[in-house]
Amino acid sequence: MTTETLEPTTEVLPIDPFSAAFAEAEPDAEVQTKELVIVNWSGELDRIWPTLILASTAAASGVRCKVFVTFWGLLPFVRDGVRLTGDNWMQRMLSFMQQPGIDHLKLSKMNFFGMGPWMIGRLRKQYNVASPRELLDAATALGVEFIPCQMSMDMFGIKREDLIDGMGEPAGAATAIEIMTEANASLFI
Amino acid sequence: MATLEITTTVDAKGLSCPMPIVKTAQAVKSLPSGALIEVLATDPGSVKDFAAWCRSTGNELVEQSADGAVFRFVIRKK
Repeated sequence: MTTETLEPTTEVLPIDPFSAAFAEAEPDAEVQTKELVIVNWSGELDRIWPTLILASTAAASGVRCKVFVTFWGLLPFVRDGVRLTGDNWMQRMLSFMQQPGIDHLKLSKMNFFGMGPWMIGRLRKQYNVASPRELLDAATALGVEFIPCQMSMDMFGIKREDLIDGMGEPAGAATAIEIMTEANASLFI
Repeated sequence: MATLEITTTVDAKGLSCPMPIVKTAQAVKSLPSGALIEVLATDPGSVKDFAAWCRSTGNELVEQSADGAVFRFVIRKK
């Protein structure tokens, strides 16, 4: 091998690549944080609850947490008091059948026209368990990143201003795949 | 036993999972490295959880005791 082959093809390298690599190596090893990604698909009480518990605990444990919010999972993230008027009667009907917002969650089983959630609510207070709203506030304060799904927003007639403060930029499936494959753990709840 | 200089006390008595951890994490955030935090909790699950939390955050569990139903943890911030 001649010395010619080692010469850079580009004119000038701005920084010595070896020193630059060395400079980067140390802080990188320090900030190697773990990452958890949750795809929050469901808007049901018994699913959004574990999602928010895991998300807030991850953030509290120094694990970076991203939650991709899609399909029914978007409804709990609608701002209080927002009526989804949508563009057509089907979107209005859907928002009537499942009232959006963090305080209007149904159970996936034993809902019994609201009797189930009412009992869970009573038990929650009795045993001093944090409500989904408290957990959502904690998660947001601890820096959990919520990413709404653009396609679901379009389909349900939800605009950005209908969603709570602190939601990230809407994105799609490719973003979900990217963050899921880069994370240390990813869950579909 | 030398008395430890506690900077902040987190009263998580009566709270259940994951709030003792969440509240502690929030309290720890603003403290300088090396500060000592005392946590009082009644959730029996917190015994395992604080040990796990300290392992994943790198904070040090300096002391752990139980007084009746109240668990006490002393944590040194990384």
